[in-house]
Amino acid sequence: MLSVLKPGFFNSIQDKGRFGFAAIGVPVAGVMDESASELANSVLNNTLEAAVLEIYSGSCEFQFLCASFICISGGDFSAKINNQAIGLNKKISVFPNDIVSFGKAKYGARCYLAVAGGIQSEVKLNSRSFYKGITQDVFLKRGMKIAILEVLKSELVSNASIKVNALHFSSSNIKCYKGPEFERLQADQQKKLIENFFSISKDINRMGYRLNETIPNTLSSILTSAVLPGTVQLTPSGKLIILMRDCQVTGGYPRVLQLSEEAINCIAQKSTNSQFRFVLEKL
Amino acid sequence: MQLNLKITYKPFGDAAILIAWDAEISISISNDILEFQQKIKALKDDNIVDVIMGYSSLTVVFKKRKMEYLNAVKSLKKTYFSECNALKKMPFIWEIPVCYDLEFGIDLQEMAKKVNLEVSEIIKLHSQERYRVYFIGFLPGFLYLGGLQKQLFNERKANPRLHVPKGAVAIGGEQTGVYPTESAGGWNIIGKTPINFFNINKDNPCFAKAGDFIKFVAIDKHQFLQIEKEVQDTSYKIFKTLYNA
Repeated sequence: MLSVLKPGFFNSIQDKGRFGFAAIGVPVAGVMDESASELANSVLNNTLEAAVLEIYSGSCEFQFLCASFICISGGDFSAKINNQAIGLNKKISVFPNDIVSFGKAKYGARCYLAVAGGIQSEVKLNSRSFYKGITQDVFLKRGMKIAILEVLKSELVSNASIKVNALHFSSSNIKCYKGPEFERLQADQQKKLIENFFSISKDINRMGYRLNETIPNTLSSILTSAVLPGTVQLTPSGKLIILMRDCQVTGGYPRVLQLSEEAINCIAQKSTNSQFRFVLEKL
Repeated sequence: MQLNLKITYKPFGDAAILIAWDAEISISISNDILEFQQKIKALKDDNIVDVIMGYSSLTVVFKKRKMEYLNAVKSLKKTYFSECNALKKMPFIWEIPVCYDLEFGIDLQEMAKKVNLEVSEIIKLHSQERYRVYFIGFLPGFLYLGGLQKQLFNERKANPRLHVPKGAVAIGGEQTGVYPTESAGGWNIIGKTPINFFNINKDNPCFAKAGDFIKFVAIDKHQFLQIEKEVQDTSYKIFKTLYNA
C-alpha cells in the first residue's frame, strides 16, 4: 500500500487508457506523456502499460507502507524521499514509512511516479485510468490508500540513470499531419497555421489545451465525427484547441491538424504561455 | 455494402484512417456504416484498437506504429465488399419513460413561445416519434438521436448552463437527447428520465447501441418517483421490442 498524505491538485492514476469502448462513448484517457511513463516503467522492468501516478501539481506527499522500488520520470518536480533530493529516471529503493514528496516544477508540466509491478487500483473497462463516471475517483484524495505490490529486497540497486532527450521539454517544434478538414482551409489560413507561432492559454486540462492566438475561421461545423487525442480543432471564434487524452470520442468542429504521438507527449510537458509552432510532416 | 454509396478513405494522423460517406444524415448511410463497423470488428484484428462511428463517417484506430496506410486501406476495402459473416446485432426499440412536468422541463414554457406551440403539443410531438440511435459520443452513454419533428427544432440556449442534471431530456437545434450524467450543456431542457443511460457497474454499461431506436413515453411525477426507486434497487427493466425493418 501507499498512502496519500497530501493529494495536490489534479493528480491521478493513469495507465495507457481504454480502447474499444468508443461505441458507448467512453474516452481513451491514459497518461498524458506516454514516453515518460514508459521510461519509468521500463526502468523498473514493468510492462509499458503498468499504471503510474500522474503528478500535475507538485505539493503532494505519499507514504509507502511496504517496501518497493520506484522510478520518477517526466518533468523535474524536485522529488524527495524523507526530505532528501532524489534523481529522475533511475530505480530507487523505498522502505516502509518512507515519504516521497514533490515540490515546484523546475521544468516540464507533469511527472510520473512508477512503482515496481505497477499501481494495483481498480480496473474499469480494462483500465485503471481515472475518469469521471467510470472510476470511483477522478483525482487523488487525502487519506486514499493505493494498492501496490510488496517487493522483497534481494537485489542491489545500481546508481545508473537514463539520460532523457532535453528537446522533449524544450523543443518548440510540434510535429503534426494534415487533419481531415485541413484542405478546406484557404491557402492563407493554412499558411498561418503552419508558419505562425502559437502559445498555450490558461485554459488547459486533460481534455484539451486551448491556444491564445486565432486563425480567421470561415469553415462551418462538420457532421459530428470522430476526434482523437492530438486532434487540433478550429472553433467558430477562430480559436484552436489541441485535444488531449481525456477528449470526447466525437466532435463537430473542423479537425485541421493531427499531432504525431511524440508531439502529444511533448505538448503534455508544456504549460501556459509556452510558445511553439506546428511543423507539418508528410505521412 | 451498398453499391450506390460513394465512400472515400484518408489518413487521420499516423494511427487512424477516416472513412467518409456523403456528408448527410440518412438512415441508409448509417446502416452502411454500421454494417461496415460490424465487419471490421468481426475481423478481430489485433492491430485495430477501436472503430468510431459518426453520422457519415467511420474512423478506424490502429495500435501505435502499426498502420501501413496503403495496405490498411486495401484490406479495409476488401472487408467492405465482403459478405457479412458477422452475426448482425438485432436492433431494439427501447421505451424510455420521461416526466415532462414543468418542474423537470424547465425550458418547456420558454420553448413553447419560441416554437409557437402549446406545452402539451411539444410533449405529444416529442413522445410520438421513434428516434434512431445513430451513434454514441460526447459523453459515455450520450446517444445521438435522429428523427426530431421539424416543429420542435429550437436553437441552443445563448448561455449554456454549467450544470444540466443527469437524466435531463433536451432539444438542441435539430437534435434531441438525454444527458447521461450531470454536465454543462446548452440544450433546452423539456423533461427528465429516471433511467440510467450509463452505469459502470453493469457488464454492459450502456443498454443502447447504434442502430437501435428510442421511444419516449410520457409519465407523471408519481410514476417517475416509482420508477426512480425501482432503478435504484435495480428491479426496473426497460421495456424493449425487436425492431423489424
